[in-house]
Amino acid sequence: MISLRSISKSFGLTTALSDVSLEVATGEIFGVVGQSGAGKSTLIRTANLLERPDSGTVIVDGVELTALNERDLRASRQRIGMVFQHFNLLSSRTVQSNVELALEIAGQPRGTRRLRAGEILELVGLGDKAKAYPSQLSGGQKQRVGIARSLASNPTVLLSDEATSALDPETTRSILDLVANLNKELGLTVLLITHEMDVVKAICSSAALLEKGRVVESGTLVDLISTPGSRLAHDLFPLGPVPDRPGSTIIDITFSGGSADRPVIAQLVRDHQLEVSILGAVIETIGGNQAGRTRLELPGSAADREAAIADLRESGLLVEIVGGAA
Amino acid sequence: MIDTSDPAFWQGLVQVLLAGTGQTLYMVSIALLVTIIVGLPLGVILVGTERGGILEKPFGSRTAGMVINRLLDFIVNLGRSVPFIILMVALIPVTRLVVGTFIGSTAAIVPLAVVAIPFFARMVEIAIKEVDGGLVEAAQSLGATRWQIISKVLVPEALSPMILGLSTTVTSIINFSAMVGTVAGGGLGDVAIRFGYQRYSPVHMVAVIIIIFGIVMALQAVANHFARRFARRSGPSSTSRVLLKTPLSN
Repeated sequence: MISLRSISKSFGLTTALSDVSLEVATGEIFGVVGQSGAGKSTLIRTANLLERPDSGTVIVDGVELTALNERDLRASRQRIGMVFQHFNLLSSRTVQSNVELALEIAGQPRGTRRLRAGEILELVGLGDKAKAYPSQLSGGQKQRVGIARSLASNPTVLLSDEATSALDPETTRSILDLVANLNKELGLTVLLITHEMDVVKAICSSAALLEKGRVVESGTLVDLISTPGSRLAHDLFPLGPVPDRPGSTIIDITFSGGSADRPVIAQLVRDHQLEVSILGAVIETIGGNQAGRTRLELPGSAADREAAIADLRESGLLVEIVGGAA
Repeated sequence: MIDTSDPAFWQGLVQVLLAGTGQTLYMVSIALLVTIIVGLPLGVILVGTERGGILEKPFGSRTAGMVINRLLDFIVNLGRSVPFIILMVALIPVTRLVVGTFIGSTAAIVPLAVVAIPFFARMVEIAIKEVDGGLVEAAQSLGATRWQIISKVLVPEALSPMILGLSTTVTSIINFSAMVGTVAGGGLGDVAIRFGYQRYSPVHMVAVIIIIFGIVMALQAVANHFARRFARRSGPSSTSRVLLKTPLSN
């Protein structure tokens, strides 16, 4: 649905994006994570050409945006919704009128505008706030208006530029739920950027890690979790720094899908007589599946430890040795 | 010499003041109208043709944008720096061309508008610069044309500080209109000079001051009212907050 191919962009001497490629499939929620300055904002703004890349191709919904003239680009943008970190609502207009702005720009007649705005405000749960001004709303409500506005002209794609970064955790949760629902109900494809791993965890089915203007990792969460050494997976299940334990091996076991409810520790104790201690564990529901990571300390002789690790690997678990003597 | 005990004096005073007020209001209102019609787009173009503005590349060329920006900026600065009394006289050929004569109230409107346009254009420029760039971006993401961005986003969002700027502009037009007696433009300023000063009539002088003060106060109250109304909706921008607190002066 969204293809960014070999996108490069620099501002003066600073390179914001270098040779970035992303594929977002129809109906998925794709999260791009990275620290501030990684080029996330520039990246998402190339998807509707608010930022024109120096080189590369942007294709959205089968249309090569980078090849369009201004007039056709404007028409295409009406099919690409965008929400912003600071909402960007017009303070001089009511909630209703802010939503209608999208339809005015699209040249819809007044009657249609009113009807559609009412409908979409109902959908985002703000049916009773139509006559309020943005300054009278909470942050979460403002973002709902932003979402309503972006969806008013029935786009197929939603771009979210740190949409929840200015919101408290609870409100973030409710906005993410709304986006997830819209994704399901309207079949909306969502590309979002965020610096919060929690957002990815909560609603994304795929993710990419952006660092210094380059995509370091990218894929579906399920795949990423089972990729050894994946930094995104590590960030999804943060276990903290590895403690120094001489004379034992420290391993991280990643569970996903069917392996999540396997009695691993019992197995280690029973089959290898290892007195395993748990140093940390994280379990999350990702893409509707249980997934998690456990950090274990394996004592005993080197041979015993090796045998235990081999056994775990054989049973299909992803085991990474992260510390101690091997 | 004046004789305040003569009923004819008071009759004359009322007549002269009425005529003067009428001329002043006529000159100021038409000049103001022209100022808005020309100054508003000028201010928009001044902001738009700046680097990164929405009119950054008129006719697809950044050079054209830069040239327009520099040129307008120069004209605005020039218009604002020439003293009005000089400008008025220097503009006589232009006035003649536009109005057909350079004497009288109608002719005086030309220099009044010429001095007020750059002033108001700056006010518009400042007000529009205050509008959050994110709003322009949001409109662009919705597929807005440049004209839609100007008419639906920039101008409505900058309305409150623009109204206050307009109020300051009117005050300065009234101020300058006092000088148009020089080109036989009439008005209250002329009354004060001819009767109050040249004929030693303190009554005329005081009356003119009171009337002008009244007009300015009334305009200011109206402007503040509307500016507040729009600002309350928006959560006032920093400019409008500053302007609301500062007494408007010329």
